[in-house]
Amino acid sequence: MTERKIRVLVAKPGLDGHDRGAKVVARALRDAGMEVIYTGLRQTPEMIAEAALQEDVDVVGLSILSGAHMALVPRVIELLKANGMEHVKVFVGGIIPDEDVPRLKELGVAGIYGPGTSTEDIVRDVRAAVQGVASS
Amino acid sequence: MNLVENVLEGDRLALARLLSQVENDTEEGRAALEALFPYTGNAHLIGVTGAPGTGKSSLVNQLARHFRKEKGCRVAVVAVDPSSPFTGGAILGDRVRMRDLAGDPGVFIRSMASRGSLGGLATATAAVTQVFDAAGYEMIFIETVGAGQAEVDVARLAHTTLVVDAPGLGDDIQAIKAGILEIADILVVNKADRPGAEYTERALKGMLELAHPTRRAFLHHGRPMGTSGQEEEPRDAPLWVPPVLRTIATQGEGITELAEAILHHAEHLRASGDWATRERARLQSELDALLQEMLIARFREDVPQARYEEVLSRVFQRALSPWEAVRLLLDGRAS
Repeated sequence: MTERKIRVLVAKPGLDGHDRGAKVVARALRDAGMEVIYTGLRQTPEMIAEAALQEDVDVVGLSILSGAHMALVPRVIELLKANGMEHVKVFVGGIIPDEDVPRLKELGVAGIYGPGTSTEDIVRDVRAAVQGVASS
Repeated sequence: MNLVENVLEGDRLALARLLSQVENDTEEGRAALEALFPYTGNAHLIGVTGAPGTGKSSLVNQLARHFRKEKGCRVAVVAVDPSSPFTGGAILGDRVRMRDLAGDPGVFIRSMASRGSLGGLATATAAVTQVFDAAGYEMIFIETVGAGQAEVDVARLAHTTLVVDAPGLGDDIQAIKAGILEIADILVVNKADRPGAEYTERALKGMLELAHPTRRAFLHHGRPMGTSGQEEEPRDAPLWVPPVLRTIATQGEGITELAEAILHHAEHLRASGDWATRERARLQSELDALLQEMLIARFREDVPQARYEEVLSRVFQRALSPWEAVRLLLDGRAS
């Protein structure tokens, strides 16, 4: 049996066109030995949930800089659940005001990262979240 | 949850999970492949290969859309991208070009990392196509990593192989080298609106004219595969001459003609008996690989590790040649 790889979907839901952050994170996860499915700009929550299912990912990373996170993130989580993928860990990066953080965590978001976050922290958190699932 | 039954019933989540089991070569994955084998053999496997950036993903996107719309058959896409040789990680980015296929329940796209395999596919790609085949996907596109000159594994797996070229990638000497162009059943000049498209098309056509069309059989240990070696070649069966087609994938131009060529090739394979020859060759290499693996596993069970190490040490001391060592391990005597 070959070693099990962590599979991560990195997606940009919504309409903002700034994908540098998403690409930096995708690259960091790749360099940490993970398989990163990169889906590109302007994804709908439906497209993200569908891709997560087809690719059987462990983690979904959403990059949102448009301010629409309180609409987009709950929708993605809802659709993942509807697809039977409630085990998938959702991480959010981008511009997320502090006052929205508690609500997103309540919804089940495993980690939220703003500008200046070290990619090492993201890699560590993703690993920890996935291993938590594997051992339970 | 019984994955195999659920996959056969069309459960997409079960399919996705089973693909992971197969890709990771788990016990469950192997057992499932065995159970699914009787349901395989119905799909048309279409390989798409070519240098990086020639537009393979965009072409697959258009072709899948076309076949969904015109024929209504279920389409699967297996898209392979390279793993890093240093970290084992990978960025799988082919879905970026396939967003038109989102939301269609008759399409299933799966990205695979090559995981150290060098022939343009991943080791488990063939097994993954078998799962799609059993799950009732009638057309399966296999997109290789951006390939150079020698990544020809896809032609062993696929019934129809598309080699995608684009203007400005090389002169007509590149075109007569052995390898990737030789495996093409259909040659595609994509990005045909770019300068130099005519030159690329001419170079490819020139290459085809230099060659005499021959019936293609892969060599396996130097012998052609897929035939028992006894039977006479049917002399009157028509030979396939690869067409050279121009497309502009991003605008959907030339897609109808390309789709027709793919279907035409499938008809040709069936009419000439090559479909069966290729299937037989593919199954033969699969059987040989399994046989090798099982024989080694059995040998390991029979011969204690200490005994093996002892013989290895004697080879290391030059007291035995590797050939003598093998005879000793298998037959109990060196000569």
